Amino acid sequence: MSHEHGDHGPKEPIGWMDKPDFVKRLFWAFYALCAVLVVAEVVFGKATEHPHPNEGWFGFYAVYGFISFWFLVLLAKPMRKLLIRSEDYYEGDEGAEDAG
Amino acid sequence: MLGSLPPFVPFFVGALAVAFTKGLPRKVILLAVPILGGLNLLLGLEHDVQLQEFLGGYTLTLLRVDKLSLLFGYLFHIAAFLGFLYALHLGDGDVDGAVGDGDHTGGDRAGLQHVSAMLYAGSALGAVFAGDFITLFVFWELLAVTSVFLIWARDSKRSFATGFRYLIIHVVSGVLLLSGALMLAHRTGSVEFGHVGLEGTGAAGWILLIAFGIKAGFPLAHNWITESYPESTPTGAVFLSAFTTKVAVYALARSFAGEDVLIVVGTAMTFFPIFYAVLENDLRRVLGYSMINQIGFMVAGIGIGTALAVNGAVAHAFADVIFKGLLFMSIGAVMTMTGRTKGTDLGGLYKTMPFTATLCIVGAMAISAFPLFSAFVTKSMIMVAAIEEHHYIVWLFMLFASAGVLEHAGIKIPFFAFFAHDSGIRAKEPPKNMLIAMSIGAILCLSIGIFWIQFYGLLPMEMEYHPYSTTHVLTQLQLLCFGALGFIALMKTGVYPDEKRAVHIDAEILYRKLGPWLVRKTGSRVARVDTYVRASVLELVASVLRVAARAHGLVGPLARSWPTGSTVLWVAILLAGYLLFYL
Repeated sequence: MSHEHGDHGPKEPIGWMDKPDFVKRLFWAFYALCAVLVVAEVVFGKATEHPHPNEGWFGFYAVYGFISFWFLVLLAKPMRKLLIRSEDYYEGDEGAEDAG
Repeated sequence: MLGSLPPFVPFFVGALAVAFTKGLPRKVILLAVPILGGLNLLLGLEHDVQLQEFLGGYTLTLLRVDKLSLLFGYLFHIAAFLGFLYALHLGDGDVDGAVGDGDHTGGDRAGLQHVSAMLYAGSALGAVFAGDFITLFVFWELLAVTSVFLIWARDSKRSFATGFRYLIIHVVSGVLLLSGALMLAHRTGSVEFGHVGLEGTGAAGWILLIAFGIKAGFPLAHNWITESYPESTPTGAVFLSAFTTKVAVYALARSFAGEDVLIVVGTAMTFFPIFYAVLENDLRRVLGYSMINQIGFMVAGIGIGTALAVNGAVAHAFADVIFKGLLFMSIGAVMTMTGRTKGTDLGGLYKTMPFTATLCIVGAMAISAFPLFSAFVTKSMIMVAAIEEHHYIVWLFMLFASAGVLEHAGIKIPFFAFFAHDSGIRAKEPPKNMLIAMSIGAILCLSIGIFWIQFYGLLPMEMEYHPYSTTHVLTQLQLLCFGALGFIALMKTGVYPDEKRAVHIDAEILYRKLGPWLVRKTGSRVARVDTYVRASVLELVASVLRVAARAHGLVGPLARSWPTGSTVLWVAILLAGYLLFYL
């Protein structure tokens, strides 16, 4: 995975993350995989023995996965605003400042 | 062969042997104990071991062998072997190429860690093979007392304080366990560690449930996990993540299967930690939250209570010890070599630690439940059981939490440690023993996912379930790949929150801030009242003294020496007074 080229000094390794073309190709391969998974649902269909009422919708899992990530992050951000404290919040004389 | 030797015995004897050896003999013992213990488990356990009429007439069962205890027995032997292999370099002096302050690799501290880890693993085995609550209680407390040294071995002021809090929380859990057990014994006349449930057991059932819940990281009691794992040594965290919580899951499965309240608690546990895991900077703390999330699935499975669900819960506990161990090992390797575990400090390590990065990714794929990896065949049992029992909302929450697992453990852990922005750190691969331990962990993650039929054969309940249906593979891949697509979109649009050097308030604020604050406030109130009372009393005494001084002082009327005549006069007056009074 790592190579030893001379671009960044004598012993600076260049990883594949440093090659934008490769990373771009990797992303496209991933998008293609996602597309294949949608097509596969058309081809194979879904057959669960005990289906959940929502599970049968076409692309349910794909949509649910995508939305879950956004929901998670969009809810976590305001949560951070509320809950964030400095790294030494609990340090030293614990609770020397106020409790909230 | 060894007869029916309770599985904790080899570990306790081994701990003694480790304490008095050094160098190669110690290493041999460290690896031999789990192997010999494993052989004892496979070949030697023929019948239960009981101590009749012990302690007030109760029968104590030191060894109860059934499929449930055996499954955890195998698991803990594997975990102990991997843990000791991973920690084998301790005592050899500084790790070659390391720039950080990981474990204390030399001197007696290495021995202390080994001894406490050995006793800790033995205690876990003692607990899962215990057939009565008294025996369970003894090992329950030993779990806490032996493992705290894995936190204290870090030898910092912070780890010392964390260790104390850890100890107090676990001792409280133990005290509750004993109280609940005694109340139950009073009610039923038996201390057998079997199904308890909440119906007909009164307060005893609830107290036992809370005792187990504290160790399992139930909401509000969960912060000991996120506090202690990041404060322990790199090798200590691997042991800590394997035993305590899984003993609690075992106890819940043994005593509270089918209790509806566990479905709610478990679902909450899968849900809330994933938000913290998104925000958290310390990658071992992220793994701590991830641990709570995974235990949530197990607790919910136990709550659903069908054969499939309970099998899923214990199977997932098995898989979790391996993949979470692998993730803790890979981040521990990073910590050993760089001294850092925070997302803000790391990144780009794949260039110089490609093996560690690859093994971390295997652990990440296993926890995310990709097909062919362990969680795919274990977690799905719980999910299917939830649908079968018509817990649809629970199922939707768990599906969301599954996507959350991919986010924090599947992507965030490997991405921020080994990829993301290049931190400029050029750390070497960790020592060979660490790499071998991680490789075995990775192979096991895949083995469970591939040889699932054999693995299912070890599970305690009879069931019919096939994880590799086209639909399951397809839908799981859709969930994960489109989740990852969501992650890419979040990164590209800049919505994904940066790692920040910060803490995020959690329930621990209750005992780390609010508690001390209350004590201080109450203390200052008490002090103020105390000062006031003291001042008043002093003032009172002073005024009495003043009055006395006025009367009896140098010039006071009562201090004068009176002539005899006036004394006679006074006596006459007094007598006249008496006379008047009695007449």
